[in-house]
Amino acid sequence: MNEQLAFTIEVFLNGLMAGVLYALVALGFVLIYKASGIFNYAQGVMALFAAMTLVGIQNGQVPFAHLINAIFGTDVHKFGWHVHSFAAILLTVIVMIALAWMVQQFVFKHLVGQEPIILFMATIGLAYFLEGVADLMWGSELKALNVCASEGNCLPQGMNVWLEGTTYEALGYGFFIDNLDIVASIVAAVLVAGLVIFAQYTKQGRAMRAVADDHQAALSVGVSLNFIWVLVWSLAGFVALVAGIMWGAKSGVQFSLSLIALKALPVLMLGGFTSIPGAIIGGLIIGVGEKLFEFLIGAPFLGGATENWFAYMLALVFLVFRPQGLFGEKIIERV
Amino acid sequence: MLDDAKQADAQVDNVLEVNNIEVIYNHVILVLKGVSLNVPKGGITALLGGNGAGKTTTLKAISGLLASERGEVTKGSIKYRGQDIQHADPAETVKQGVVQVMEGRHCFEHLTIEENLMTGAYTRTDGNAAIAADLELVYNYFPRLKERRKSQAGYTSGGEQQMCAVGRALMSKPETILLDEPSMGLAPQLVEQIFDIVKSINEQEGVTFLLAEQNTNVALRFAHYGYILESGRVVMDGPAKDLRENQDVKEFYLGMSDEGRKSFRDVRSYRRRKRWLS
Repeated sequence: MNEQLAFTIEVFLNGLMAGVLYALVALGFVLIYKASGIFNYAQGVMALFAAMTLVGIQNGQVPFAHLINAIFGTDVHKFGWHVHSFAAILLTVIVMIALAWMVQQFVFKHLVGQEPIILFMATIGLAYFLEGVADLMWGSELKALNVCASEGNCLPQGMNVWLEGTTYEALGYGFFIDNLDIVASIVAAVLVAGLVIFAQYTKQGRAMRAVADDHQAALSVGVSLNFIWVLVWSLAGFVALVAGIMWGAKSGVQFSLSLIALKALPVLMLGGFTSIPGAIIGGLIIGVGEKLFEFLIGAPFLGGATENWFAYMLALVFLVFRPQGLFGEKIIERV
Repeated sequence: MLDDAKQADAQVDNVLEVNNIEVIYNHVILVLKGVSLNVPKGGITALLGGNGAGKTTTLKAISGLLASERGEVTKGSIKYRGQDIQHADPAETVKQGVVQVMEGRHCFEHLTIEENLMTGAYTRTDGNAAIAADLELVYNYFPRLKERRKSQAGYTSGGEQQMCAVGRALMSKPETILLDEPSMGLAPQLVEQIFDIVKSINEQEGVTFLLAEQNTNVALRFAHYGYILESGRVVMDGPAKDLRENQDVKEFYLGMSDEGRKSFRDVRSYRRRKRWLS
């Protein structure tokens, strides 16, 4: 088999996997944007915060250790235990729900009915605040996140080996694929399916869509906007956690994680700000697009490093020719 | 005679009492300047007046929707069955049995008709069977909705959307429906049809209606009692029959006059004079 073609396919697959991560972050944006009209700049920081919380809990770190030590003159850093991954994830989910509640209670509850730009500014403030809190809580050093792969405490023995294997033989060629990416894709697919089922077939999901369509009308039939918005922020927090786990497991938990939010922006422009399938497919297109472009055109002809700007160029082209994105909410017009 | 007896009876039993409320938007704009009204249980009460008279604001003050538009009740009280509700959350008000159908329908465009109706039952806790029974009830009143139950509300006609909005309110099993401008943008025949259904809901289900309407003619034919608002004040009230006969109402709102139509300019000054006198 043609070596070049096989290599292209490998790049394509790897791009697809990277796209899944973009899609996950974009998904968090879409959830909040649809339900409340807020463009949540803090989504990336939420992913960082979730990942740091997860690592902190796993490693038995004492939250706010530096602060406590500074005030009381003590020297505590660790509880000295390790929390099982599943328990740690569960605890982190609870923390993210609490965060959602606080964001609603202390920020957006007081900004109901304000201009979108004011809400947007509030999320920028939130992003920096959250970054500071994450730093204060868990410290700022780079941490390795071992969800399952090497700790071996959440998968049956023997499966870890499978997780670490990375080369597949097919058509007489060894494809290099990170197994973590495959797991990430499956998790993302399950997550999206779960969200769709929740939105379509449950009472709260229906209320969520109702709020997305028309706040005032939802309010008038007795839907509590406060509750729905806490729910949506919690879901976005959960999605951020999943994205944080995937990204953190790949390249460690560090502050650059919060910058994936910026990668989600072109994904949203491509897929449409209001569409869940749009976020997914947009993410995949950007992921594959930037990898293939780099491989086929960028590296040989343009001196490489095209991955940094390709997504934004693509988004720009879309903004000119199809501003609502590929799957942006159809504006219903009666004829 | 019968009407009088009904009215006397009703006055004893007001479900909703609005006492001298003042509403301010954005901390500066005074919209209602002391509105008082009583809504008798089981009746249809009409709130009449032109654009900007304060009808919608009055309804929103009752349902609690003002807060989300940066408006607030700064004076007076609103009592529902003796309980103060002017600072209540809309969700609480719905649970107490007061639901508003907003001006301009406000259906959830991307939800199907049936999903719209089901959202109306959001606050209910009396089980799926009761909700399903009420869904059938709504379909009985609005057979058209049953035909379109799988369509997205955004693609249905104006009349169907109005039916959907009323049906959705009915799904909360309300005692009182605040109905804002049901005739807006609908053909006269359709208006008549909607009002007929409102009347039968009122009679058969015993639902109390407070109705804000610009179409004075239709409203006074279906309502039992009417209030006329102008610039945030109640300028006149009385049984619908009396209002229909009233010279001023005829002249200003029904466009009828003994001396033929007056020019707009005369009407304006006359109105202004009346307001000073009242």
